Amino acid sequence: MSRREQINIVIVGHVDHGKSTVIGRLLADTGSLPEGKLRDVQALCARTSKPFEYAFLLDALKDERSQGITIDSARCFFKTPGRDYIVIDAPGHIEFLKNMVSGAARAEAALLVISADEGVQENSKRHGYLVSMLGIRQVVVLINKMDLVGFDQGVYESLSTEYESFLSALQVKPISFIPLSARDGEGLTAHSEKMPWYHGPDVLEQLESFETKKSGEYLPLRFPVQDIYKFTETGDDRRILAGTIATGALRTGDEVLFLPSYKTSRITSIESFHTLSKTVAFAGDAVGVTLDTQLYIKPGEVIVRPDEEKPFVQSRFRTNIFWMGGSPLMKGKTYKLKLATCRIAVRVAEVIHVLDAADLSMTQHKGQLDRHDVGEVILETAKPIAFDPASFIDVTGRFVIVDQYEIAGGGIILDGSENHGSLLIEHVHEREIAWDKGFISPADRRLRNRHGSKFIVFTGESYVRAAALAKDLEHYLHGLECQVYYLGLSNLQSGIARDIESANDGSVNAVERLGELARILTDAGQILITAISGIDDYDLELLRILNSPATILVVCIGDPVFTRFDIDLVFPIEVSADKMIRHVYEVLQKEDVVPEYFI
Amino acid sequence: MDHLDKLEAQSVYIFREAYREFKNLVMLWSIGKDSTVLLWLARKAFFGHVPMPLLHIDTHFKIPEMIQYRDMLASEWRLNILYGENAGALAAKETFPDGNCDRITCCRNLKTEALKRTLSGEWPRYRFDHASRRYVPDTNTEQYTGVIVGVRADEEGSRSKERYFSPRDRENDWNVGDQPPELWNQFKTDFAPGTHIRVHPLLDWTELNIWEYIDRENIPLVSLYLNRGDGKRYRSLGCRPCTSPVTSPAATVKDIIAELRDGKFANIAERSGREQDKEDGGGLETLRREGYM
Repeated sequence: MSRREQINIVIVGHVDHGKSTVIGRLLADTGSLPEGKLRDVQALCARTSKPFEYAFLLDALKDERSQGITIDSARCFFKTPGRDYIVIDAPGHIEFLKNMVSGAARAEAALLVISADEGVQENSKRHGYLVSMLGIRQVVVLINKMDLVGFDQGVYESLSTEYESFLSALQVKPISFIPLSARDGEGLTAHSEKMPWYHGPDVLEQLESFETKKSGEYLPLRFPVQDIYKFTETGDDRRILAGTIATGALRTGDEVLFLPSYKTSRITSIESFHTLSKTVAFAGDAVGVTLDTQLYIKPGEVIVRPDEEKPFVQSRFRTNIFWMGGSPLMKGKTYKLKLATCRIAVRVAEVIHVLDAADLSMTQHKGQLDRHDVGEVILETAKPIAFDPASFIDVTGRFVIVDQYEIAGGGIILDGSENHGSLLIEHVHEREIAWDKGFISPADRRLRNRHGSKFIVFTGESYVRAAALAKDLEHYLHGLECQVYYLGLSNLQSGIARDIESANDGSVNAVERLGELARILTDAGQILITAISGIDDYDLELLRILNSPATILVVCIGDPVFTRFDIDLVFPIEVSADKMIRHVYEVLQKEDVVPEYFI
Repeated sequence: MDHLDKLEAQSVYIFREAYREFKNLVMLWSIGKDSTVLLWLARKAFFGHVPMPLLHIDTHFKIPEMIQYRDMLASEWRLNILYGENAGALAAKETFPDGNCDRITCCRNLKTEALKRTLSGEWPRYRFDHASRRYVPDTNTEQYTGVIVGVRADEEGSRSKERYFSPRDRENDWNVGDQPPELWNQFKTDFAPGTHIRVHPLLDWTELNIWEYIDRENIPLVSLYLNRGDGKRYRSLGCRPCTSPVTSPAATVKDIIAELRDGKFANIAERSGREQDKEDGGGLETLRREGYM
């Protein structure tokens, strides 16, 4: 059985320039219309005493017909002898920009419709811009309603020239400019005799020449981990990392690197259901893998091959964003970023400029993006993430921004930016300047307490074990009359970090809260001990920076799951409390936190 | 990858996103070919497992073979299956077959209302108990916040405007004019308390794709779809009083594919045998806004 190729095409343009008519006509003229559908719409037109129009075929919803505009991206299907088409009819009205974007984001080629009588309008430009930003490379301009200008070659030429120069500023090079009258069926599926001066392809011919998206299997491997499954209760012991391969290829036995955690492992098997067993998977495949080591990996990491070009791993990057949110994108505000399978809190570090899509003029120093604005923005994530410039690998180079519960913006990464992590450093700097001190200095407290302050973090895969040992240490130091305090994680969660779970937007983070609290307690001269699990290198780094100027000591119980952060002490999970205490105490002595004569 | 591989991969991706993001997830199973393909795709996504419950809204007017098939597959694949119903309307006989209301009102009573109240947990749910092979009252009455549904964009006008992840408010209302943007496989997965999300993994599939996939994967199907000697078969399954078979000699899945591709059904709408569609001018939008699938 032969399987046919499918291609997604989006049709965009200013309101009322005739997009729906173009599609309706294409459906009818290629004989792709379901019989039931044509009859339904004609019957409805007869009932409501409206003349039948091809556009009605698509505008299947009542209120849409009454307003006469497309409010959402409607999909329709048509076929030619060559292949199947999914045509996405994107609304032209500015109010429905987010619908237009949703439609256009899935397309492999775009038709931009301009009405010959009205010419290039604001949305013709805005849509041209978005098509370029959404990464659609095959673009054709349809100059519609040629019947209204007497099929005049001069109008066609001048409109083509005007729009071409606009698009070239956006690095969009249309394949062709096609004159037509969709209502009369001129220039759509055959050469129009009313426009003998035009020698290019008709619309259908042009559609047939579009190429489907390349799979990207020859690019470096990018395999964003979507989720990790273990269906033990249904008798399955496989621990499967599931996801869709964005680019590249993956083979069993491959050594792989996880980013941003920098963990490494080897692929044991490629998993799938009801297929022949696989030893290789390619870009586009939705698969799962098992590893030869038990790694602690979170969804959102990207699997790459160490021998191939690697993505950026940092927290700061330069982007182009278009904003659809009801409230503006503000400098300094925190949002949730979704990039491939990663979700993370992100702050707007800088709004470099805002672009007026209508005339491509730039406004500097605006500091925010209003609804329907497009601009260049520097973002900084709460921790480093793995990404690529969108021009290199699209899946790991584009993102959306969630404000409250809504996807409010979309963007592409232009490149990484210097000074990554600088918002945090800046914050600590400002905090220290603002710090209001009493008359007692750290040296005074040291003298009184007969020891210095320290933030001691117990971590490891078993929270229970880490917490038990942390309490043993507290008990021991208390016996030596130290100012010591064990802070349980639940004390934080049900107290000063209570708002975090309900905030949802990622604007606050429990680890950050812990770091700020540590700063206060170590300033008060305490030895603060806590236990926390499920954290990574970047969380530890965050704690270290927030706790400064006091210092941190990290004790890992069980196999260390960290690759970058310098762990001070590692103990096996079965370590005795005495042995652990002896070693921790030695380190504290060496660092001059506690004096020798305690023992 | 051919087009079925691509459709499958996209559906699997959507399933995994839904499973990752929603704690109280349920999948609707109408027993028809689409939702059975949906069930199969769940097994693809989760490596042979179906980690979320299936919900069937039983109008008690379904063709009897459908219910037999439902329970047969539930047993064989060890599915966690629930059903819900509008017991009040059935008892009061407020139905079209009983002659007490029109088709649209009947759909609203037995499907829309039953679905809404079953999802919210207000009305009882019945769970298939694998040990006794019977349905027993379910003790879980939590609201489902993610609902996986097998609608396809090519079915009729209003469905072509759905998103992969489509929010519904407290009253199950669907605001067609103000839907979230959806780009580059980033969906609306954050939702305010009280709202829920409908997830549509089959949105890009056509009727022909469904049959091609059933053929390729050899998915077991209720036999009503095939001509069993009388020259008739069902193209779309619903309640007995409102669904009529079409005249067709197609006795195998391959026959159906040929019929859809170049044969007598190449240009005839799939739901032409579903009577409720014809009573409402704009297709199903009135029902869909109220929560009809």
